[in-house]
Order: sequence, then C-alpha cells, then structure tokens
Amino acid sequence: MKVHEHDARAIFQRHGLPVPESRLAASAEEAAEAAGAIAGRVVVKAQVLAGGRGKAGGVSLADSPAEAGLEAARILDLEIGGEPVRKVLIAPAVDIARELYLGVVIDRTAQSLALMASAEGGVDIEEVAATNPSAILRVKVDPLAGLPDWEARQLGFALGLSGAQVRQFVRIAQGLVEAFVEVDASLAEVNPLVVDADGNLQAIDAKLNIDDNALARQPEVARLRDPHEESEAERRARGAGLSYIKLDGTIGCMVNGAGLAMATMDVIKHYGGEPANFLDVGGGAGVEKITTAFEIILEDPNVGAVLVNIFAGITRADDVAAGVIAARAGLIEDIPLVVRVAGTREAEALELLEEAGIGAERSMDAAAAQVVEAAR
Amino acid sequence: MSVLLDATTRLVVQGMTGSQGSFHTRLMREAGTQVMAGVTPGRAGATVEGLEDVPVFNTVAEATQETGANAACIFVPAAFAADAILEDAAAGLDVIVCLTEGIPVLDMLRVMPRVRAAGAHLIGPNCPGVTTPGDGVKVGVMPWAVHSPGPVGVVSRSGTLTYEVVQHLTDLGAGQTTTVGIGGDPIIGTRFTDVLAMFEADPATHGVVLLGEIGGDDEERAATYIQERMTKPVTSFIAGKTAPPERRMGHAGAIVSGTSGSATAKESALRAAGVRVGETPEHAARLLVDRLR
Repeated sequence: MKVHEHDARAIFQRHGLPVPESRLAASAEEAAEAAGAIAGRVVVKAQVLAGGRGKAGGVSLADSPAEAGLEAARILDLEIGGEPVRKVLIAPAVDIARELYLGVVIDRTAQSLALMASAEGGVDIEEVAATNPSAILRVKVDPLAGLPDWEARQLGFALGLSGAQVRQFVRIAQGLVEAFVEVDASLAEVNPLVVDADGNLQAIDAKLNIDDNALARQPEVARLRDPHEESEAERRARGAGLSYIKLDGTIGCMVNGAGLAMATMDVIKHYGGEPANFLDVGGGAGVEKITTAFEIILEDPNVGAVLVNIFAGITRADDVAAGVIAARAGLIEDIPLVVRVAGTREAEALELLEEAGIGAERSMDAAAAQVVEAAR
Repeated sequence: MSVLLDATTRLVVQGMTGSQGSFHTRLMREAGTQVMAGVTPGRAGATVEGLEDVPVFNTVAEATQETGANAACIFVPAAFAADAILEDAAAGLDVIVCLTEGIPVLDMLRVMPRVRAAGAHLIGPNCPGVTTPGDGVKVGVMPWAVHSPGPVGVVSRSGTLTYEVVQHLTDLGAGQTTTVGIGGDPIIGTRFTDVLAMFEADPATHGVVLLGEIGGDDEERAATYIQERMTKPVTSFIAGKTAPPERRMGHAGAIVSGTSGSATAKESALRAAGVRVGETPEHAARLLVDRLR
C-alpha cells in the first residue's frame, strides 16, 4: 500500500525528521489561504501516488497567495500517471544548496534492511542506480538493533557533510529507520534530503510504502489508504479473496495460484494472444468465488474470450466445473470459453463439463492455443 | 536418495487441530508420511477425526521429546506463524516447512538469523511444501497423484505451476527425487542456490527443473551458481514475462521494481549459464527429459 506524501511527512516528523510544516488544499481558494498562512515563497505539490509528478508538471513554486491559487488550480486539473490530482500540498519553499537521497528498503538478498544514501539526490534514484551505481552508498541494518551512531556518522561524512550537518544526518537516518520499522514499511524515502542556504538539513519530500501483509496489525496506517489506489474491480476482487489485475489484452484469464496465473498469461502471449487480466482465484474456489471472478473479468469490455485454467491441488476440480457451469448459464453465453482442468477430481470435473456441453482441455498449451483462436 | 525428506522423516504438525491442518495431515499420511504428533497450544490430549492415533501436545519441545520428531509442518495463521518457526528452530528440528501466506516481512527478517543460528532448513513461508515420492514422504499440500519416483529434482517459487510441471514430467516418464516449493515471499528460508546445491550433491538426482518468477534476483544468483558449480543439466521456466511493472502479481515477492526482477533479465542470466529455458512450463519439462535421454 502506498501512503500519500502528506501522511508520510507526518509520520517522518514524528520520528524526528526535520520536515517543513505544510498544509493540504483541495481547491485554488484553499491553496491561496494556505500560502497566506505560511507567508513567503511556497511550493505547490500534487498529491498523487504515481511517480514522476515533477516531470508531469505537478510541482511548482509560487511567490504570492494569488499565484499559489493559480498554480493549485492548474495542478488540480492534471492527471498524473492516469491518476487525477485531488489535493495539493502547500509548503514553504526552501533555498537549496545541495540535494541528497536517503532511503530504507528491504534487501531480499541480504535478508535485512538496507539504508541507501547518495550525494546525487533530487533525481530518480533508479536512474542513478543504473548509470552510476557507485554513487549510491548502502549499509545493512538489523531491524532489531537499529542503525548504530557510528555507521550513520560514517555515511554522513561519506556524503561530504560537515560536522554539524553530520550530527543532524545521524538523527535523520536513525529516525527514518525507526519510522520504517514502526509502520511495517516496505519503502521509506526522502528524496531530496536537502542542505538549505543556512547549511541545515531538511526533508522536503516523503515517500512511504507499507507491507500489505502487515496492514492487519497496523490499523492506524491502514486507515491512510487512498481508496482510489485500486480500481473498483480490484477492490471487489480483494474483498472476495481474489487477486485481480487488469491488463490491456482481449483474453480473460481465471487461474488458481499466482505462478500458474502468470504462466497462463505468458503462454497466451506465446500463442499470439494478449491477456486481459491476471486473476488468481486462490485455493478452495467454489461456485460463489468463480461467479464473482467471471463477473469481474467480463466487466472489462475488451474481453473477447475467456480461459479458465485450474490445476487443482487444495481446490477440487469438480467444484470449479460446477462454478463454471453456473456462471455460464447466467453470464457468458455469448463469449467463447475454453476450460482446462487438471488435478484433484479431474475426471469428475470433465464429466460435469461434458454433460453441460462445455468442451474441456487437459493441456494448458492446447487450451491457450484454442482460446487465442477463439478471440480472433 | 533425495533431498530434505526421506524415510527417516518424522513429522510434527503445528495447527493439526484446525480444518486445513487436519485435512492435509490426513493426506500426508495417505502419501506415507510418518506423522508423529500435532501441536496446538492449550489443546494437549485432544483427538482429531481421522487422526485419532496422533497425539496432540501443547508445545513443540514436548512433541519432539516424546515422539522423536525431526521435521515440522506449519499450518498456523499469519499472525502466529513467525513464532511457530522460532519454536521449531528452538526445539532443534532439522526441516521446518511453513505453508502460511501473509507473514509480515519484518517478522521474517527477525526470524531468519535465529533459524540460521539453529542450523535448521526453513522451507517457505508461503510455499506448497516438499515431496519425496520414492520414500513416500510428503510435507505440505502438493497433490500426491501427480508425482512419481525418478531422477529429476524440481525447485519452484510457485505452487500450482509446480504441479503443472511435475505432472508433465510424470506423463513423460521422468519421475522426481524431490520436489521443493521454496515459496513466493520476498524473504524465504531456503533459496534456489541452497536447493541446487542439495540436488548437485544427491547422487539420485540427474537433472533439475527450476521454476522461477518475476521479482528479486534469486534466479540470477541461481544462474551464477549453476555456471560455477553445477555439473547436472538444469532447465527452467520463468513466469511473468507479460506482468506489468510495479504491480504485485499475487505473490508478495512477485513484483518488477524499476529495472530489477524482470522475467527477461532472469531468462538471459540463466541462458548465459547454459540453462535451457522453456517457452511454456510443458516445454521446460520436455527440455529436461530430452537432456536426460
């Protein structure tokens, strides 16, 4: 789950990061009022979960409340990465001497946290990682022990900070690690962490993603979810215990298991088709789940054929077959359907499908080739 | 021969009194697994339908002392699963198979140093388990019927995709020494390189099918290992070529972030290491069978 900048700023501030005070605005009037309250030059920033908002014109400076209002009106009209801007953040503009990068991530390989810092802040860190990996400094952090002073200091000096700045940096780096652990983050990033004209460090941006597996024990953080992060179909799928992601193709897919679901999309593509979605019905899928899954798949107007691919382990293939038959009666009479079932109670499933006049394939390759043909 | 599980495996099941736990414990016994005990805190002495002769204990330590168990299978909910792993490691079990999906990543970061210190093999979490058909041992939920004894090692990050490939191998007459589902989470106890080393050392394993997917760099690390250390043929299928970037594809670990973790990068790394990569799961199975002929 992604957290909006304004919420991430509040969390980072609670952990001692020097985050300039800011206000949210949903209209030009509110933005002008906020800029008036802050006084002086302000920055107006689109609050979207998508990346690349700077390049999309979602961040700009304003010298007066009136200008802030105009800029806010312009930005609130934008759509960034397909996401309409619903709110802007107004914060005092900072005179920037240097831009640094600071982030905490999960290091899958080392099986630890990793703190990453770079003197090349303010730009896309992925790009730095690709073009100049040595510009990124990296230390492993034990989530139980936290970041020791000496290690934070060493990083600060390596970034070329002065003695007083290093003392500020140690607190910031440790605070970011603490915030990460406290909210069960999967990413916590300050980009840029700036040195201002007076030589002080300020965190002028905040990015925070939360581990979805931890939301159950993070009710406060879970409340920060932007309901627009998911589409209506994705939300409905999640509620029904399905995992659904819409794609751009024409072949609807219903599969059990994430790996097989991805493989099914790949095999469709291999035979010349384009998958319309990823959909994992999970284990133990019965009539109700299968029906909901069909409804979600068929809401997509691009879908011209549907492939059901079930390798039953925990799931019973005959339950899936019953679900498919029930759904076909009400929902999918007009759309070509190819069913592949294998595994637990396969023979019973094939018999049920045959009685209902639905052809079934035993091989995934044959089924994929057939559905690609049917969608043409 | 086989890896991880064999005729000496004596299993304790955590969460055996639950509906999933009891159902799958019965299936594990049907496959031939020696299930010694169940553990559910506060339910010592309980009897479970169809498993009346399997004693239930409050703690893993007791179950291990009383029955001589040396392996565990974890069916407990995500909120308690990390603790169950720690309890198994503390009891000195050799193999811990954790099926639970949804364990917070930070919990796994805290658990892993303790598992390593105890010298245990943790398989998973978020995995379908391990099967050794030749010895009639299954720990987890893989459908037993698709398996057959033979010379192929299978290692996979997925569940149903594994069944798919094992079924093809069996249909092609290529049985398996051991099938290991290592799990779809970003932090897992046993990785591709660990299992490849076991298969390389196992005289009964003549070739390996490696089933990877998008996310992380375990496939790339496996490629390096294969190039530097393996003498046995390896074929592979990587799921997620058509997955969009920055989206979690069902498994918590299956996400392409920026330029890292893509299926294409994994395929090229494996090909460069001499691994034949199948266009479809069935193709990966056929490629290995061709190499073994």
